[in-house]
Amino acid sequence: MPLNVDLVGKQYPPQVYEVGREKIREFADAVGDDNPAYRDVDAARSLGHADLVAPPTFAVVVTRGPQISVIDDPELGLDFSRVVHGDQKFHFSRPIVAGDVLTTTSTVNSARTVAGNDILNIRSDVADSVGAPVVSVFATLVARAVEG
Amino acid sequence: MTATVQVSDVEVGTELPAQGFQLRRLDLVKYAGASGDFNVIHWNERVATDVGLPDVIAHGMLTMAEAIRVVTDWCGDPGAVVEYSTKFTKPVLVPDDDEGATVEVSGKVIELLEGGRVKIELVALCEGVKVLGMARAVVQLS
Repeated sequence: MPLNVDLVGKQYPPQVYEVGREKIREFADAVGDDNPAYRDVDAARSLGHADLVAPPTFAVVVTRGPQISVIDDPELGLDFSRVVHGDQKFHFSRPIVAGDVLTTTSTVNSARTVAGNDILNIRSDVADSVGAPVVSVFATLVARAVEG
Repeated sequence: MTATVQVSDVEVGTELPAQGFQLRRLDLVKYAGASGDFNVIHWNERVATDVGLPDVIAHGMLTMAEAIRVVTDWCGDPGAVVEYSTKFTKPVLVPDDDEGATVEVSGKVIELLEGGRVKIELVALCEGVKVLGMARAVVQLS
């Protein structure tokens, strides 16, 4: 099934993610980053943050579930077995910190087929518990054309 | 937010200290666990080669996570990063040995923006090949 380009603008049900200190520490460990602002609450507070600050790309952990709802949407027709990650963009209104209760809404931002390649951009808008924007995450996925 | 770098300290062309990041199979497995991205091509050579890759490849998001460390280590506050974007131009191949792959990342200021913000261009090379394309970060300086 080809990519359903009529789904541009479709929004998916919001999902909630609670940001924990240990998850931030685990993520920082996994990327080998020993920045104290990811581990030591006092170090993060001395920089003006309410709690441990998350590495910038931690936002993909928060938006992962909502993004999968888009990828798995049977109406969309994306062949995930052929997908490569084309590009990624983060626009922060403020950094993510431990204790945040975040709500993410994902949208089909664009969908097109070029030379047999299906190109999908998913936008995920992350807001905090009072509805203030935190970060918008844009991911382009490319399902490569079937050869032959 | 409290970047330790002042906007008066930088100009277009200011270089950030470059760093090399070693990625071994174990690092890919750890990143899979921490990020929740268990795509098999990032840890299983049989499946990676079945889909036409020469070897297991690193998660693009792991390379992206490493590259921004050049910026966050320089500016002093990870929370000062307000924008970050890249294209994934070439995969980072991670062989099954003790060395793995090394991604060399350098950065420089390419534009002074309004309100004490600066735009930084990042270059990430693996075996001399660019693995990130148009990698840019915007940072709020003090």
